[in-house]
Amino acid sequence: MQEIISRAKELLENGTVARVLGWKIGDLPYNPEPAYFETAKDLENFVYNGFCGANLSKYMIEASKLEGKTMICLKPCDSYSFNQLIKEHRVDRDKAYIVGVGCKGKLDIEKIKKAGIKGIESISGIEMTDAADTLEIKTIYGDKTMSYADAMLERCHVCKGKDHVIYDELIGESKDTKDAERFAEIEKIEAMSPEEKFEFFKAELSKCIRCNACRNVCPACSCRKCVFDSNKFDSAQKANVDSFEEKMFHIIRAFHVAGRCTDCGECSRVCPQGIPLHLFNRKFIKDINELYGEYQAGADAESKGPLTDFTFDDAEPSVVAERG
Amino acid sequence: MKKIAKANLSALFRLIAENRDLYLPVNVSGQVNFAAYTEDAKVDLDTLKTVKSPKDAFFPQSENLYTVTKNDGKMKIEPEALKDKDFVVFGMKGCDVKGIEVLDRVFLSEPVDSFYAARRAHGTIVALACNEPEESCFCKVFGVDCAEPTADVTVWMAEDVMYWKALTDKGEALTKSLAEVLEDADSSDEAAVENKKAAIHKIVEKLPYSNLSLEGWNGDVLTEKFDSALWEELYKPCLACGTCTFVCPTCQCYDIKDYNTGNGVQRYRCWDSCMYSDFTMMAHGNNRTSQMQRFRQRFMHKLVYFPANNQGMYSCVGCGRCVDKCPSALNIVKVIKAFSKEGER
Amino acid sequence: MSVENQFKPKIVAFCCNWCSYAGADLAGSSRLTYPADVKIIRVPCSCRVNPMFILRAFEKGADGVIICGCHPGDCHYSTGNYYARRRMTLLFSMLDYIGIENGRTRVEWVSAAEGVKFSQTMNEFVDKIRSLGENVRLGDLRCKK
Repeated sequence: MQEIISRAKELLENGTVARVLGWKIGDLPYNPEPAYFETAKDLENFVYNGFCGANLSKYMIEASKLEGKTMICLKPCDSYSFNQLIKEHRVDRDKAYIVGVGCKGKLDIEKIKKAGIKGIESISGIEMTDAADTLEIKTIYGDKTMSYADAMLERCHVCKGKDHVIYDELIGESKDTKDAERFAEIEKIEAMSPEEKFEFFKAELSKCIRCNACRNVCPACSCRKCVFDSNKFDSAQKANVDSFEEKMFHIIRAFHVAGRCTDCGECSRVCPQGIPLHLFNRKFIKDINELYGEYQAGADAESKGPLTDFTFDDAEPSVVAERG
Repeated sequence: MKKIAKANLSALFRLIAENRDLYLPVNVSGQVNFAAYTEDAKVDLDTLKTVKSPKDAFFPQSENLYTVTKNDGKMKIEPEALKDKDFVVFGMKGCDVKGIEVLDRVFLSEPVDSFYAARRAHGTIVALACNEPEESCFCKVFGVDCAEPTADVTVWMAEDVMYWKALTDKGEALTKSLAEVLEDADSSDEAAVENKKAAIHKIVEKLPYSNLSLEGWNGDVLTEKFDSALWEELYKPCLACGTCTFVCPTCQCYDIKDYNTGNGVQRYRCWDSCMYSDFTMMAHGNNRTSQMQRFRQRFMHKLVYFPANNQGMYSCVGCGRCVDKCPSALNIVKVIKAFSKEGER
Repeated sequence: MSVENQFKPKIVAFCCNWCSYAGADLAGSSRLTYPADVKIIRVPCSCRVNPMFILRAFEKGADGVIICGCHPGDCHYSTGNYYARRRMTLLFSMLDYIGIENGRTRVEWVSAAEGVKFSQTMNEFVDKIRSLGENVRLGDLRCKK
């Protein structure tokens, strides 16, 4: 973290960048927030630890409109989103100075709380320099421990790897935290009967409160006006009175980002109701891989996306019924 | 005071639900929210905070206002029936109860909202003292005593027994109808409750936000706060989602929309969020055009406008749900702290 | 079997202006029949069909949705139906994934000369939807009243 801060100070001082986009220390042990830093003094509040899960790529859309360059801190998986945004001409590469920061997996406070740990006063083991793989958690109800891996975000268990796909310089070591199959959950659902599938998604989506957090955090959802906000059509229905609206919203949202979603997992991280929204996006990714060849959105900034491309001998839609 | 063994709680719930609706915290797909009681519902009274506040019971996220149907070229307008069945909300916390007091100010002052008023008239609130408050709680700041929430009935959960104390006529009536499962409590039970309360108060003192200062928010501060340069800094990480609004026990803004059913129209209202770009949109456009303005609106409403119109009553109750749930880790505490730091400078 | 009790499915057919709509015309002028349960919506190209159109149709009470376009290679805009093919494949797969019965959606390529195929396809599709019964999983309850 110190290395990032001193480098940021240097870049601010020598005028390479006008601001730094990073994370600011929170007022609880686990709630740092995305923030801009414009002076060396501001940087006193800079923090980079296990709870800096927020993907800053999307903030670069606004930062691209500002005067001067922005130093942006990207974790390996965030860099995929950034690349994708370059491909879609939503961010200006020349306005960004990308510092690829190391990552050893990010933590999910919800998982810690779900384990029954409450009244948290401090958590140690979250710094990048901490070698231990156990979190020591002090609470007003006594001291607790939890293994780092158990507290990791779902997306870190299916980590895309420790390499940044775009950067100007790298600071810090990364660790590949993958310990699960990316499509295992999808396959489990695919194997269910239609009735089981329907009941599963009905229960999950019935929790949706239409807060739009998944959409607003999503780096692929960068439309200036979302179809679900448009008052010109019948689509801006805010009601959650009936389960259909939620199905509609989540299917269409996943569809609109299909082929562009880098599987950064922000949607699942931010959902206040813990809906595993990545199950939708990842299903599309799996289908795309199987039907149109392996494709990782954001791996580069040039290739054609699978839904803006075709071949003459693509599978017919009837393949869905045929494969059973 | 009454008491009931914890083992008998399901009998209690069954009895309450016999001829009333009963809403209580239920676990659905891993998340605890208030929901209607059924025999196989996974009731969860241990989770401190439900994701959504229980304001749904009185002010649902979506509700129909009226239905228009067309038959043989004739229009028929049918207003939605008002709630006419008694119901019980079990397990609301001190902050949630205070949230309802805030909503009362809005919906029960003239012109009275008939849908809300009907629910209030038919609803009985059983409030549960918080056994283990958490680090995101700051109800004490807004004068809520989570050890002794005042509703129709207050209950305390001990090791293997639940104490029950009716405080209002509605509460007494409910208690009477449950005579077959509730036992009389004696003076040792009273003492147990007092001990419980003292223990909870002790924990509250240890919470990091408990001594948050609201200094500088009272009085005539509208222009000063509104014009502060701090908002420009504070709003930056805001994603403009509605999470804070929808989990909040006091947010009361709603939108009215039409739904085309194919053979008619349903006019419904649903919660709206001041964080949304189409909030209070009118024919001429929108009166708040930037996210900074929308963000400022939310906190100015809770901490300045609402108290100015309601004898100093803030429309934040310190439940801390926004602290827990904001995707960008923003919240009202950070706003209050930023302003008090500004004062020091 | 009495006529009243028979399930009358509502079927929406999105037909491309250049091939399938003309195919439906040919079916009509050739006096070929297909059930009146099929309501045709003419679109400029099969790739004009937004996934939202399909979900909205189901929401408002459709029991089946079929998309008809020019044969691959014959698109009057050169490549529209190739894009439609990928989109519909993914959408159908998603519907299958969330537990919607296979067969409520279908894509068929029908040229302007294939009046017979149009009529056959529609007859088949209506039979299929009759066997599946009413669409309950994707409808909006507010529309059922």
